[in-house]
Amino acid sequence: MTAIRATLRPTTSHAAFVLRRCTRFARLLGLALLGALAASTPLRAALTIEIIGGGANPIPVAIAPLGFEERVQQRITPVVGADLARSGLFKLIDPGGINPIPVEPGQVKYDEWRARGAEALAIGTVNPLSDGKIEVRFRLIDLVKQQQLAGFTYTITQAQSRLTAHRIADVIYEKLTGDPGVFSTRIAYVTKQGGRFELQVADADGVGPQTVLASPEPIISPSWSPDGNRIAYVSFERKKPIVYVQSLTGGTRQVVANFKGSNSAPAWSPDGKRLAVVLTKDGGSQIYLVNADGSGLTRLTNSQGIDTEPNFSPDGQYVIFTSDRGGSPQIYRVAASGGQAERLTFEGSYNVSPRYSPDGKSFAFVQRDGGRFQIAVQDLATRQVQVLTEGASDESPSFAPNGRLILYAAEAKGRGILAAVSSDGRVRQRLSAESGGVREPAWGPFLKTQ
Amino acid sequence: MKRLLVIGMAALLAAGCASKEEKPAAAVEERTPAPVQPPPPAPVAPAPEAKPLVTPQVQVNPLKDPNNILSKRSIYFDYDSYIVKDEFKPLVTAHSKYLTDNRSARVTIQGNTDERGSSEYNLALGQRRADAVKKMMQLLGVTDSQIEAVSFGKEKPKAQGKDEAAYAENRRDDIVYQGE
Repeated sequence: MTAIRATLRPTTSHAAFVLRRCTRFARLLGLALLGALAASTPLRAALTIEIIGGGANPIPVAIAPLGFEERVQQRITPVVGADLARSGLFKLIDPGGINPIPVEPGQVKYDEWRARGAEALAIGTVNPLSDGKIEVRFRLIDLVKQQQLAGFTYTITQAQSRLTAHRIADVIYEKLTGDPGVFSTRIAYVTKQGGRFELQVADADGVGPQTVLASPEPIISPSWSPDGNRIAYVSFERKKPIVYVQSLTGGTRQVVANFKGSNSAPAWSPDGKRLAVVLTKDGGSQIYLVNADGSGLTRLTNSQGIDTEPNFSPDGQYVIFTSDRGGSPQIYRVAASGGQAERLTFEGSYNVSPRYSPDGKSFAFVQRDGGRFQIAVQDLATRQVQVLTEGASDESPSFAPNGRLILYAAEAKGRGILAAVSSDGRVRQRLSAESGGVREPAWGPFLKTQ
Repeated sequence: MKRLLVIGMAALLAAGCASKEEKPAAAVEERTPAPVQPPPPAPVAPAPEAKPLVTPQVQVNPLKDPNNILSKRSIYFDYDSYIVKDEFKPLVTAHSKYLTDNRSARVTIQGNTDERGSSEYNLALGQRRADAVKKMMQLLGVTDSQIEAVSFGKEKPKAQGKDEAAYAENRRDDIVYQGE
């Protein structure tokens, strides 16, 4: 994979922008709450629309078409705009009618953009280079303070223009919200069409899917290695569940766990050296730790019940998992070095599929309420639970690496689709509308810039 | 030898008849004359010559014979349960008998669940159903090396619907012999 070379230009801190937004946010939150009391309008009916709900206070940002971008096959500006719009946190200001479109800070007429309500403006140019590469220059401007918030020059190949667009969207997102963007990350999921299963990897917006594994038998539980270069998964191709680890760069794969009985639920340790897996070789489904090459197997849990769906804490100290040792499936936590497990969930009779948030302070999981399965988040310190979705069979939650979104599997018109919800429950989006079914999503890690 | 086995199975079926099962009972009725006739197994003497002739007759593989309980391979479970219900005990007993009589035979017990809930938790529930049948077979003398209990969880539903009938069909163990 060719790395994108990014040159950081001198920038002003984005802290001022974020702070200004926060004050305004607090003010608007009061208004929003009043509004909610007056008319609580559930926005869930709009499943056909990509974005459901939205931030209480979308940031008005204008994306000026990059100068000369018609010279390259994949235009960058529309991808940047779509990324930001999809997040639900931005209000895109139409640059139509502004002529000429500025491409350098000196050309920006601040009043013109402020009159349209924009608080920030992205500008730039695309220049084909003699060696066939492209130079993309991009700047983000704070229109209120009339300062540059960010400035980058990317030298890329034609094939990298989408990725570069996602990176630009990431910069805008980070400078304006304070959180890192995840538009340049990737997701994995399993499609089923007829009797064919495919493990695919695509951009976070679902574009550009690549098939990692195609099989006539099911594939479940994809899990990204922390460096994003490998995927562990469970394949039934040999008429039983076996855990494999496959390289995304070379395509080679190896068996990590193929013991008598079932082998499943792989989860990487944060250092990428080990996996937690679920084996039944000693009777019952129990959690084991194994090196990524399949060596050094040790048993982690020891119960009479089912112990499954392990997930490491971001600091590697703990493993959370699902167990029915107390009579119903609930979420427990055990030290990665072993020992006594501690029960974490107490509300409801079916709490499964726990996933730590990237900051390690909470976990997402699936809670059954009546006959409905919904995505919820529980704070580890306060034990407070917030149900985030309203579907009938929402499953397989997976945090975006910035912790702001949770990708999950849902059902629409009897078909499996992917959806995402912001971790505060405000914004919901549908990520995929492919034919056939899509299941078992897993959001990949941040890409290394170098 | 194979023939004797068929007789043995028929006898077993007759035994199964005592416990008020509808399907096994039907199978037994048709077969009732069989145990009576075979006792004079005359063809034993001209064995070397008759072999090619006898084989086609005996080739009715008990595992495939629709009249034989051994052709029945599915054990159904109640919702959220992995208890082998009484009505399926004759079936498990028959397969255990076959496996103890044929020590080279190997089976995989594939546990399945309905589609509701988490994939991995369902995989564990399916495993528990497969393990339940495995344990029963072991108590009946089948060796550990003859059985592998695995789970398909909710991944390979036999019935595709979203109603109780489909769910019930999918809460199931299947017994699959090696080579099938």
